[in-house]
Amino acid sequence: MTRVVHYVNQFFAGKGGEDAAGSGPGRLEGPTGPGRRLAQLLGDGFEVVATVHCGDDDASGRPEAIDEIIALVQAERPDLLVAGPAFTSGRYGLVCARLAAAATAAGIPVVAAMHPDNPGVDEAKGAPVVAAGLAAREMGPSLDTLAAAAKVVAAGETITAADGRVGRARRVSTTTDRPAAVRAVDLALARLAGDRESTEIPLPRFDQVTPAPPVEDLTQATVALVTEGGLVPEGNPDRLESARATRWLRYPLDGSEGLVAGQYQSIHGGFSTVWANEDPHRILPLDVARALASDGTVGGLSDAYLVTTGNGTSVGNARRFGVEWAADLRRSGARAAILTAT
Amino acid sequence: MSIARRVGAPRIVPTRGIPFPTGDPALSPEEERAWRRALVERALEALTTAVAGPTVFAMDGDGSEEETG
Repeated sequence: MTRVVHYVNQFFAGKGGEDAAGSGPGRLEGPTGPGRRLAQLLGDGFEVVATVHCGDDDASGRPEAIDEIIALVQAERPDLLVAGPAFTSGRYGLVCARLAAAATAAGIPVVAAMHPDNPGVDEAKGAPVVAAGLAAREMGPSLDTLAAAAKVVAAGETITAADGRVGRARRVSTTTDRPAAVRAVDLALARLAGDRESTEIPLPRFDQVTPAPPVEDLTQATVALVTEGGLVPEGNPDRLESARATRWLRYPLDGSEGLVAGQYQSIHGGFSTVWANEDPHRILPLDVARALASDGTVGGLSDAYLVTTGNGTSVGNARRFGVEWAADLRRSGARAAILTAT
Repeated sequence: MSIARRVGAPRIVPTRGIPFPTGDPALSPEEERAWRRALVERALEALTTAVAGPTVFAMDGDGSEEETG
């Protein structure tokens, strides 16, 4: 009997919607929600022994969460971990992908499912991810793909594009009898013949963002300041990258009225930082934002600002920062954010 | 600004220079702070406005300026 653990978020575990997004890791006996259909599709020889779940904000935003979830998974002595489908849900997708990477590192066979545009696809570090639909209304066919791929993985085989695999696969060196020049000319000829899809190197895709609804009452809203201008405390204590950032940071504002020149600097590598260092408000408008909070124009200011460096940042990392920032801001109670871009 | 629109940022307030999005070193300190306040007020206005897709909230008298970077 193949022992399967299924990971779902708080919503699909029946714990609640956004109100429960901060809930911590938990475990339920046997399959739950979409896991019931998954168990049917896996059929004889498989048993979904437990469902492990976690709130999306907690799982995507708290650094220890992934380790805690993996510990719950490992306690089941599983032969296979199945995560998702996460559809286009960014936080859920990041978590499923990180679990897939962590399970792979821990030697647990795993497969996750999410839409090809989900930012999680870039986070799986080569662990298997298969395509799912846009939203839960496509649960049926998404589970068909996921269950079929799960059987392949459980058999110790590698899933391919034919199984619905998406994202970066682990690179393996092979020899080919068709040199690069021949393949390049063939691709060019295919393109001239109207084939706009074939490629050996898929380019990053820009997704479409649905604008958030407007803030109804600014006087009741907490507003956050965030920036990709590389503005950090003097000396860059956390070593934020000046280009190709892989990280973002959070620095406290602690109710201060403004940023003192000399205590902050921009380490952005894409423009002259002379003006930013002369007056950090040219990157992060804390002085006037504080004034607008004091006179009641806005309800309040977040007590920290978020920062990264937007300079040659990969699309994958940028999407991940966006998802993580949204979760972080939501957890901090912010209702809106002003992002200054350089 | 053209980049912000192209990647689909929903609410965009154009500013005067890449190295100083919320400032303008050509102004006196008092004028610069007033400019910054106007920018942030414009951003707040954008946040309270419903949009269907990338939308530019230009500054009065500053709107025709297109950023290239």
